[in-house]
Amino acid sequence: MIDIERKKVLIRDSYGGDALTPEPESYGKMVWRRFRKHKLAMVGLYILLFMYALAIFAPLLATQSYEAVDPPNKLKPPSMEHFMGTDHIGRDVFSRVIWGSRISLSVGFVAAAVAVALGVLIGSTAAYFGGRVDDMLMRFTEIIMAFPTFFLLLTIVSIVERSIFNIMLVIGLTSWPSLARMVRGQILSLREQEFTEAARALGATDARIIFRHILPNAMAPVIVSTTMRIGGAILSESSLSFLGLGVPEPYPSWGSILNAGRTYLLQAPWITTFPGIFIFLTVLAFNYVGDGLRDALDPRLKD
Amino acid sequence: MRSYIIRRILQMIPLLIGISIVNFTIMHLAPGDPVNLLVERNATAEQRERIKELYGLNDPIHIQYIRWISHVLRGDFGKSFVDGQSVSKTILERLPYTLYLNFLIMVVIYLIAVPVGIISALKQYSKFDHIMTTLAFLGQAVPSFWIGLILIYFFGLKLDWLPISGVGTIGLNMRTAGFWATFADRAAHVVMPVAVVAFGSLTGVARYMRSSMLEVIRQDYVRTARAKGLPDKVVIVKHALRNALLPIVTLLGSELPLLFGGMVVIESIFSWPGIGLLSIRAILQRDYQIVMAINMMGAVLMVLGNFLADLLYVVVDPRIKYS
Repeated sequence: MIDIERKKVLIRDSYGGDALTPEPESYGKMVWRRFRKHKLAMVGLYILLFMYALAIFAPLLATQSYEAVDPPNKLKPPSMEHFMGTDHIGRDVFSRVIWGSRISLSVGFVAAAVAVALGVLIGSTAAYFGGRVDDMLMRFTEIIMAFPTFFLLLTIVSIVERSIFNIMLVIGLTSWPSLARMVRGQILSLREQEFTEAARALGATDARIIFRHILPNAMAPVIVSTTMRIGGAILSESSLSFLGLGVPEPYPSWGSILNAGRTYLLQAPWITTFPGIFIFLTVLAFNYVGDGLRDALDPRLKD
Repeated sequence: MRSYIIRRILQMIPLLIGISIVNFTIMHLAPGDPVNLLVERNATAEQRERIKELYGLNDPIHIQYIRWISHVLRGDFGKSFVDGQSVSKTILERLPYTLYLNFLIMVVIYLIAVPVGIISALKQYSKFDHIMTTLAFLGQAVPSFWIGLILIYFFGLKLDWLPISGVGTIGLNMRTAGFWATFADRAAHVVMPVAVVAFGSLTGVARYMRSSMLEVIRQDYVRTARAKGLPDKVVIVKHALRNALLPIVTLLGSELPLLFGGMVVIESIFSWPGIGLLSIRAILQRDYQIVMAINMMGAVLMVLGNFLADLLYVVVDPRIKYS
């Protein structure tokens, strides 16, 4: 048995107490340093900052209200007055796209948050309690996973009242199962790792093991998957809106603007072009950032 | 092997029961009285009550479920609330179109993705590999309906090269136009839908192939084959490729139902008369019998697809034991 004093010395030494070894870098700093090296992830980050800036400053940037109709000026091509042209009832597409960034980005964010909250809760409960609780939760997860996600999404959206909030909620409610499985798998494997065993052998409490050793390690893949999921949720919302089952009129989301332009593809291709570019760039940016985070957060990848 | 299959099938039964219960429950959470779809708007309360009794809508929900599931087990999904047609018949009429489109998409995806993945792996970090990685990201981020609209705009409307909707020109068939003209017509109709879906999913399969190949060429037996002086071609084709293809084969099983679900958007853009178009129509009309049937079929396909994938894995990889 090591006496307490010696243990303290050992711990101090392991943190590099002497003058030769530099101060250990904080985890956040290390992640940021490694993330910065991923060029495409940085490009993605800038795109996202740009998109969120559009969403935040929408009232200042939009040249018109998103619902101001002007029938005499319908289907006008892009010009100095209407940067992205006008739609079939004369609404300014530029202003709608700018306001749409608010709706599309918040739908993506809230839907992903709902999915992650549910996924982490269900996955970690299953892993923590094990046995019958685990069995029941995982069987339920399997059942939900069996439904083709987009069909299920369409079905539920069709029976709830159409509102922006419900769209967010339903996208979140249909996309948690894979996360729950991932979290459960992570926790189960981390529980068996040597460092957990070591912590237990050193007499760490359950709480300390969970919060200090298991959760931080399980969080990395959750963060990565959340990032990509926001992009996925934006895509889901735009597909729903494209089919006419998403964000209700007159609210603009990138998908609903696209849907409105579908009928006028030949006369007014700009109505579909611009929102499409915004969806595409945003989802791409989330995927790149997610990819960069995966590399940056993985402690096994040394630089 | 046989006992493994039997056990897996037995495990599927509770899963399928669970799926059917969830499916039924969701549809019965739907607000609004389904009887409204069945009666004239100015029907009297008495008429409504008669219809309700006729369709068994007054029974408690578990009785309704048992009646529904016992019909489903006999392949009968009931009658559409909207047009009174048999749901099973309607679906069977549409199914061939979706399967036909899906089959072509799968062929195109695998024909392109497998060689692309192999080349990417063999020339890791080359220009080709980088371009493919970039394309993979693009393919995942681009909304399929947007690509569809762009293709329709250029090839369908501006250049007028390809038809923009349907399976074939109405009235044009083998009897009226001969084999080759019909073939050309059907092919022209299918090019754009296949291209759109293939672009979205191809890159994912290629990435999968790439990582599978990368893993295999680092194995000892590949190094041994190289060390004993076998030519590169033999090593790659005979030793590496065969093993790298294993996970790809099993991907087929799990990919099929995914494509099935992704058909809604594509069939809607190209007015393709398959299951996807049917489901969006049913959803908009609140034709819950059809929606329930499609959801059930999709889920069963997914379960079977996963089962098939696991089975294929066991078949193609002798190292895996059936436990």
